[in-house]
Amino acid sequence: MRNVAIIGTGHTKFGVRTDVNLQELAWEAIKQALEEANLDQKDIQYFVVGNVGSWSAEELPAVVVGEYSDLTPKGTMRVEAACSTGSAAIRDAYLAIKSGEADIALVVGVEQMHQAPNPQVVELIGRAGGYFWEFENFGLTFPGYYALHASAYMAKYGAKEEDLGKIAIKSHHYGARNPYAQFQKEITMDEYLKSKPVAYPLKLLDSSPITDGAAAVVLASEEVAKKITDSPVWIVSQGVASGTANLSKRTDFTHIEAAYLAAQQAYSKAGINFEGAWRFFDVAEVHDCFTIAEIMAYEDLGFAKRGEGYLLAREEQTYIGGKIPVNVDGGLKAKGHPIGATGISMAVSITRQLLYRAPKGTQVDVKHGMGISHNVGGTGHYAYVTIFSTRRPS
Amino acid sequence: MTINDVREKLQQQISQLILSLDQVVQMYGMPIIQDKNGNPLWIDVREMTLRYQIPIKKVQKFFEGLKEGKILATKCNKCGTIYFPPQDDCPKCKISGLEWVEMPDEGELVAYTVINVKPPSFSHYQDYIVGIARMKNGINVTAWVNSKEVKVGMKVKLRITKREPENYLIYELVPA
Repeated sequence: MRNVAIIGTGHTKFGVRTDVNLQELAWEAIKQALEEANLDQKDIQYFVVGNVGSWSAEELPAVVVGEYSDLTPKGTMRVEAACSTGSAAIRDAYLAIKSGEADIALVVGVEQMHQAPNPQVVELIGRAGGYFWEFENFGLTFPGYYALHASAYMAKYGAKEEDLGKIAIKSHHYGARNPYAQFQKEITMDEYLKSKPVAYPLKLLDSSPITDGAAAVVLASEEVAKKITDSPVWIVSQGVASGTANLSKRTDFTHIEAAYLAAQQAYSKAGINFEGAWRFFDVAEVHDCFTIAEIMAYEDLGFAKRGEGYLLAREEQTYIGGKIPVNVDGGLKAKGHPIGATGISMAVSITRQLLYRAPKGTQVDVKHGMGISHNVGGTGHYAYVTIFSTRRPS
Repeated sequence: MTINDVREKLQQQISQLILSLDQVVQMYGMPIIQDKNGNPLWIDVREMTLRYQIPIKKVQKFFEGLKEGKILATKCNKCGTIYFPPQDDCPKCKISGLEWVEMPDEGELVAYTVINVKPPSFSHYQDYIVGIARMKNGINVTAWVNSKEVKVGMKVKLRITKREPENYLIYELVPA
């Protein structure tokens, strides 16, 4: 199997993007990624479009994005894996190149959630679990799913509201320094504590926003990558797992089993020990659709022991200069969470970090040349953990 | 209040929006408005109201059980797995036609939340508590918790109730 590298990245401003339609938004990211890779559409052999949709009007997003971006008639598909759609889209192109089916592939994640009114978006995301037994009769919302985890986690380990607040404050701290972020404003603990309840114990400032945005990467085989760039960022490994649609079928609500399994797979392929895994990475992007999700991610990735993830937040060990910098682009919380683009946005952030191209005030020290993304779809309905490195995998 | 009353309430809000859209078309000649950022938006004039039909034949007994005052799960006689929500296929043993067993009514709350920001289709309810309880047989149930006080670890009972205002049978958790 061949090595696969990222050779170009593209990222739009996240937020309310009613100045463009879905395909125009995707093109912004695609254009940037093509320019970075110094390639034209004719060089792209295959492209994958990550889009969850249903809030936006286009029923066949891969087709309209292909048409608008002049990628037609190259082979394509639309990928959906809830909030980990972007990582799933990367997986498809990664496997195509790894297997020798393609040498150069483009992956774009795009979501325009503001095409539908906010209440309808709340309705649509709520329907994303086990529909009949959770939504139809009990009206679980998306924050509600994670709130169930938060209540179980807080009861078992004694984490406090303020510990969740620490995550939100860190995200906004870095979001304020990221020109692509939806919220470029710091928040205080007092503002956090006073923010509106959404699904107890989660508040508005625990929650990632409804977002429009796109991100893209160009992937290439080792042979091609070496001809095109001096600074490829390699995809070392990827782990993937799934969880039940019905939350009630889970045995534990204090962690995300699928994410833990995906991490185990990615680490095993990369030769990384789960215990103390944080020592290998300069930067991590974890799925913080809600603050509690970031705390569980610390534990599911082996950055902290079970039940101690909130202490990492409390001790501010995930800022730049701490044990491991996490979500220093603002995370989903402040950067925004355009569902289909999120996983690709994570890959773009890590690539730019490893190449010392992060925005001022968010650049980490690159000592190991390695980064990791943790992208959860639903509440662990899907999970993707991807490891990136500036060093060529052996 | 019937299902139709609930719908009419929602439809009234939609009709208000359509009236203003009509005015926009009259004034501007096209269904184009400006959003708060000053960006022009075309407002879709094709509306789709969608209500799904979900086949329940294979678990019909569950719904008959509710009418008889029982909350049923299925059980595979071969491997002993209990399924709730019920399903008639055991994918482990690849057999169908599972046995129907009653769920125990005692359990303990393992997680809960209070839904404050509600989807439009639940907007006619007060804020509601959704909990997951681990029942005596080790199987979890997700349902509304009908209680003023709620906390992880509290003992709960599973019982059948009438969902108002739509007036249909469903199960809920109450303090034991």
